[in-house]
Amino acid sequence: MVNKLVLENLKHRPVRTALSILAIGIEVTMMLTLVGLSRGMLADVARRARGVGADIVVRPPGTSLIGLSSAPMSEKMVDFLRRQPHVTHAVGSMTHPLSGVTTITGIRLDEFDQISGGFKYLEGGPIRNRDEIIVDRYYARQNNLHAGSTIQLLNRTWRVAGVVEEGKLARLVIPLDVLQELTANPGKISQVWVKVDDPANIPRVIASLKEQLKGYPIYSMEELTSLISVNNVPGLKAFITVIILLAIVVGFLVVFLSMYTAVLERTREIGILKALGASPLYVLNILFRETVLLALAGTVLGILFSYGTRWVIMRWAPASLTQMIVPDWWAIAGAIALGGALLGASYPGWRAARQDPIEALAYE
Amino acid sequence: MSEDLIIRVRDLRKIYRVGEVEVHALRGVNLDVPRGEFLCVAGPSGSGKSTLFHILGGLLAPTSGTVIVDGHDLSKLTDSQRTALRRRMVGFVFQKFNLLPTLTAYDNIAIARHIAGRNQDNDPWFRQVVELLGIADRLHHKPSKLSGGEQQRVAIARAIINHPAILLADEPTGNLDSQNSAAVLKILRDLNERLGQTILLITHDPVVASYAHRVVHMLDGRIVDAES
Repeated sequence: MVNKLVLENLKHRPVRTALSILAIGIEVTMMLTLVGLSRGMLADVARRARGVGADIVVRPPGTSLIGLSSAPMSEKMVDFLRRQPHVTHAVGSMTHPLSGVTTITGIRLDEFDQISGGFKYLEGGPIRNRDEIIVDRYYARQNNLHAGSTIQLLNRTWRVAGVVEEGKLARLVIPLDVLQELTANPGKISQVWVKVDDPANIPRVIASLKEQLKGYPIYSMEELTSLISVNNVPGLKAFITVIILLAIVVGFLVVFLSMYTAVLERTREIGILKALGASPLYVLNILFRETVLLALAGTVLGILFSYGTRWVIMRWAPASLTQMIVPDWWAIAGAIALGGALLGASYPGWRAARQDPIEALAYE
Repeated sequence: MSEDLIIRVRDLRKIYRVGEVEVHALRGVNLDVPRGEFLCVAGPSGSGKSTLFHILGGLLAPTSGTVIVDGHDLSKLTDSQRTALRRRMVGFVFQKFNLLPTLTAYDNIAIARHIAGRNQDNDPWFRQVVELLGIADRLHHKPSKLSGGEQQRVAIARAIINHPAILLADEPTGNLDSQNSAAVLKILRDLNERLGQTILLITHDPVVASYAHRVVHMLDGRIVDAES
């Protein structure tokens, strides 16, 4: 009976109900999209690092796990690493930020091909001139580029030599010496990718390198990709927490306003229920069930919307952003939305429960 | 309390405070209502009859005096005890019908049973009530689709569905035309005669009052006379 009353109440004001569900849906979408973006972009970084085909990565001292905004390491490090026992290949790369989260990477293509097996070209082919660039499929799609197209980056015009499959090293690749020259970092690189003769020797090589290169972060690829997580990116977890708190506030305010107006509007009906002998708990139960239904519907909508935001991102900005669908967060986001909504319904519910039946019945 | 008295009121007083001002709504009301009586409380606006109605229905606590309804002293009950009393012992019929607009006629009646903790389906009493009131074919309509007379009959059905000790009707024909008024009053009289339902009806209309066994008149918070 109460469920029927709750459903009929929600149906009675379809616009308000729809707006409340939409607002909670947006709240849930915010959470799922943010977490999905954080994880997706980090997973993309990890996937591209794995795509290099290296076993070990050596980073300059004092650098963060995914921050690649400078080239503080000498290129001589590559030769040093090549001379180490069990090392078969070593290739240096330099990464330079362009805008937002977009970076451009410089490599020596012949050396990179040896360690990675080479790029898979979907259009065009390798770089042959100093003004040529390789872009991955996502960057090409986002910027409507094809082999032979031109693009302005770093204050100069580049010709797209090839469009390659995504998931290997970087989205934008140019010759290493060109990037060093353009950024005034001659002979400098951001990291060295190392391949060893046998995976069984990786721990031994790492131990040896750590002994010789004090202060340099040296990771196995497995370790590196496992470290690329929300918890290890400075400030990211705090940022997510702040956004989630904002989402809770939004949900709270929306449900508060919705339920507050519902209680005002239904003053007389609450009076009728109380005249019939409904206890304060009975009245509160009706409002809380309405709130739970709104929160559940909003959560489902938010989950569907998160597929929508992923589609939009993959359609319009696949190179800049990567969003994962995060089913393990569905229940968490739903619980957070429900908590905020119940909090929002508390005061209106308390008002309704305390309403004097005589005053309520006289309400016009 | 005598066995045949369902309501016994002694020296009932109710004072409202409006800011610093005290308003004496009831000034020592005494009233006895035998079980099964159809009593009309008449009086002009402001005479205190609605306050008496609210106190007898457990919607309002008295300031002083004794109010015994079916053996329960309402003056000694807490808010939650009065709420519990309203569930099973009192049925209300209001001038403005006061049906829940989002529910059908059936659900408006059923919710009173639900609040009282009676949820059984296929209740023969439910069928009997809706047939008695002539609303069996209107049960699946919402109040907005019912005429005033039909709405008031649904409200009466809701009021008696839990077998209340007393049925309190506050100007039940105030929003009805003469034809529907007569029909509703006849229903109330039938309920009284056929089921022995005790009814207290508040009105200022002498025609409405003529349906009752007895009429008491109120003025300035007191019962001033009674007629049979």
